[in-house]
Amino acid sequence: MTLEIVAAALVGGLLTGGVYALVALGLTLIYGVLHIVNFAHGSLLMVAMFAAWLLFARFHIDPYASLPLVTLVMFAFGWVLYRFVIARISRGEDRAILLATLGIAVVLDNAALVLFTGDVRTAETAWSFAMVEAGPLLLPAAKLVSFGVALALGCALWLLMTATDTGRAIRAVAHEPEGARLVGIRPARTFALAYGIGTGCLGAAACLLLPSFYVSPQIGHVFVLVAFTIVVLGGMGSFPGAVVGALLLGVVESLGGLLLGESLGPIGVSLSFIAVLLLRPQGLFGARA
Amino acid sequence: MISRIVAIALAALALVPFALPSQSLVSLAFLAVVAALLGTGWNIAGGFGGLTSFGHAIFFGVGAYATALLQARHGLSPWLGLPVGAMLGGLIGWLIGVAAFRAGLRGSYFALVTLAFAEAFRVIANSLDYTGGGLGILIPLRPGLSSFQFADRRTSYALALALLAVALAVSAWLRRSRFGARLAAVRESEDAARALGIEPLHVKAAALALSGAITATGGVLYTQTYLYIDPTIAFGPERSVEMLLVAMVGGAGTVLGPLLGALVLQGITEGSRALSTTPGVAPMLYGLVLLAVVGLLPGGIVRLLRGRAA
Amino acid sequence: MSALLRVEGLSKRFGGLLAVRDVTLEVQEGGIVALIGPNGAGKTTSFAAIAGFVRPDAGRVSFAGTDVTGWATPRIAALGMVRTFQITQPFAGLTVAENIRVGAFLHTASPARAMEQARAIGTTLGLASFLERPAAALTVAGRKRLELARALATRPRLLLLDEVMAGLNPSEVDEIVALLRTIVSSGVAVLMIEHLMQAVAALASHVYVLSEGALIAQGPPAAIARDPAVVEAYLGHGAAATLANA
Repeated sequence: MTLEIVAAALVGGLLTGGVYALVALGLTLIYGVLHIVNFAHGSLLMVAMFAAWLLFARFHIDPYASLPLVTLVMFAFGWVLYRFVIARISRGEDRAILLATLGIAVVLDNAALVLFTGDVRTAETAWSFAMVEAGPLLLPAAKLVSFGVALALGCALWLLMTATDTGRAIRAVAHEPEGARLVGIRPARTFALAYGIGTGCLGAAACLLLPSFYVSPQIGHVFVLVAFTIVVLGGMGSFPGAVVGALLLGVVESLGGLLLGESLGPIGVSLSFIAVLLLRPQGLFGARA
Repeated sequence: MISRIVAIALAALALVPFALPSQSLVSLAFLAVVAALLGTGWNIAGGFGGLTSFGHAIFFGVGAYATALLQARHGLSPWLGLPVGAMLGGLIGWLIGVAAFRAGLRGSYFALVTLAFAEAFRVIANSLDYTGGGLGILIPLRPGLSSFQFADRRTSYALALALLAVALAVSAWLRRSRFGARLAAVRESEDAARALGIEPLHVKAAALALSGAITATGGVLYTQTYLYIDPTIAFGPERSVEMLLVAMVGGAGTVLGPLLGALVLQGITEGSRALSTTPGVAPMLYGLVLLAVVGLLPGGIVRLLRGRAA
Repeated sequence: MSALLRVEGLSKRFGGLLAVRDVTLEVQEGGIVALIGPNGAGKTTSFAAIAGFVRPDAGRVSFAGTDVTGWATPRIAALGMVRTFQITQPFAGLTVAENIRVGAFLHTASPARAMEQARAIGTTLGLASFLERPAAALTVAGRKRLELARALATRPRLLLLDEVMAGLNPSEVDEIVALLRTIVSSGVAVLMIEHLMQAVAALASHVYVLSEGALIAQGPPAAIARDPAVVEAYLGHGAAATLANA
């Protein structure tokens, strides 16, 4: 095992982590701030990716170009989903929310299966195989783009939550719905807005993921655990934490694959999650709950 | 009263496959009974204990692989699969319970950690030669009592019914017993339970262990009937979700709930197959039923039959 | 005669705040002792430390001759010291009888016998018509009775009552006072946190006064009422003198 191989794995892990961060940022808002256990997060990513893929396959629109549209559509979809399904079904109760989002995940996953069959789809664009030379390493351009956008998105979300009225309203409602109502904020609308922003992030993530990844109805499962691990690892509700957590997880996964082989490598994610939950549930950046 | 009627009706229904000659009917009934068995296992932790688990496939898979490995790797009698599987399921349930509850995990955190454990087991099963890796384990066909394989599906069905009866008896005992009362108390208020001399950690871990043991027997039965197991069948998320669905739809925390849930879900599967053979239709309907139950019938079908008594 | 409960030098710190400072008190077998003081004085924290919900930072708690300092609550309860909660914690999904039965299970393993006892205790505490109703359906007064019944079902030697009178109207208070007298006469000792002075006066033979985490006075209720330090604690600096001159 040479230094070059390890370095490549590290860098590769960081880049993958950038992609993971994109997926986790939305969940950081939904789960970390609102404490909605959004079990549908992975499935919603899958839906967004299929949307991006359809635009590419039918209308030849490059996913990078359709990003604004997909983001908007996913925002709207998430808003409606929360307002008219999740909120109605769960009436705010924790276990009900858990089960409602699980139900949504199951419906979305299988609806996709029915509509698109289990086949794997890809969208090969100019970016899919482009490489960038960085010293001795060859880095996938698409992943570099994702990495950059993830950092930018993380900053944007952090700014949104700390420096804008909307962000403050969201945090207020998450903390104290009744108090928020007393100062004129509408909890139901605000939760829906926040959920929509979260799914909007997934829209962006989907467009950035598609060129270098694939989509099939099953990918929801793959990403759900990753996303939750990152959110808890980073410290619930912390956007910088989520980015760091994502990079860390990417590296763990990459090194895991290097050290344990391709079959056993993926265990890095589950073990990391279990370890964080059992040993440090407040994550790297969170305060003790 | 309603419960007694329903129980009698179900018992009668259970005997039908013995009367009719159709093997496909028996196969269907078998699947329903296994689903009910697994759901009853889940219900002990998730329903009676309020410990919502998203990774109960751990226990199913442990039982399934235990019996497969005993035969394929160690040449032991498959009949050992039941006690060994149950013990392993119980042990793992206890260990996971102690670890998770000592760390203070509850609610959604607990659900997620069970999911992570199930995924970890899946990856391990997928990577070890001992477990057959991604190809899984195929049990050689050898019909006969000593090899725990039956040419007539009706025998498997009878065994499944027997195991289900045991599981239901355990559920009923839970309802009446001191342990069950303590579990309910811990579920409702851990602090108040502590003040009355109950140690929540022990009670919850024990419930998870009991749940694990019962669920594992379902895994054993499944593998012995279909003679094949692989990491996804054993530990995959679909398995975990199915168990949860059966109990929630039928009525979590009731004895007969998982039975009714299994019947409803089996009915949906068959009904949707009549309409369309596209894969995914039946599970999609399950998802919709779950949403309907959570939103409209939080107590499940059982409580609907009882007139929505609180 | 050695005390049933003896607390010596109890201290508990939360972050920078010393919530309880060097508290020493005792309760005799079959006695009724009250712990009073203004809000934030550290009464509930003291209870929590005595009953095992939090670990004391210093001091000793001995119950029935055993050192139970730092013991977990279930162990202490099994030994015979049981607490109720200021904000009642009924097992909402269970019936009233089932609630009480959980307490009875501490000393009997038989569900039938436990239910019998639960029904009897529930009836004694005036909950006879509610036994099969869900606990969530009870009023505040009913829930207080339920807390008492549940604790009694464990056959305790000492009851720690945390503001059991809170939220009750005068006639309900009288009923609970009468109930408590009956309970104590059957041999159960009581240590009660209480704000309602009439209840303290009616029940307690000995009163400890806590202010800002420390004991400032102790004695029979009549003496406490006249103690200037106590008046100051409740009404503020100089109040005793002002009242004396009024």
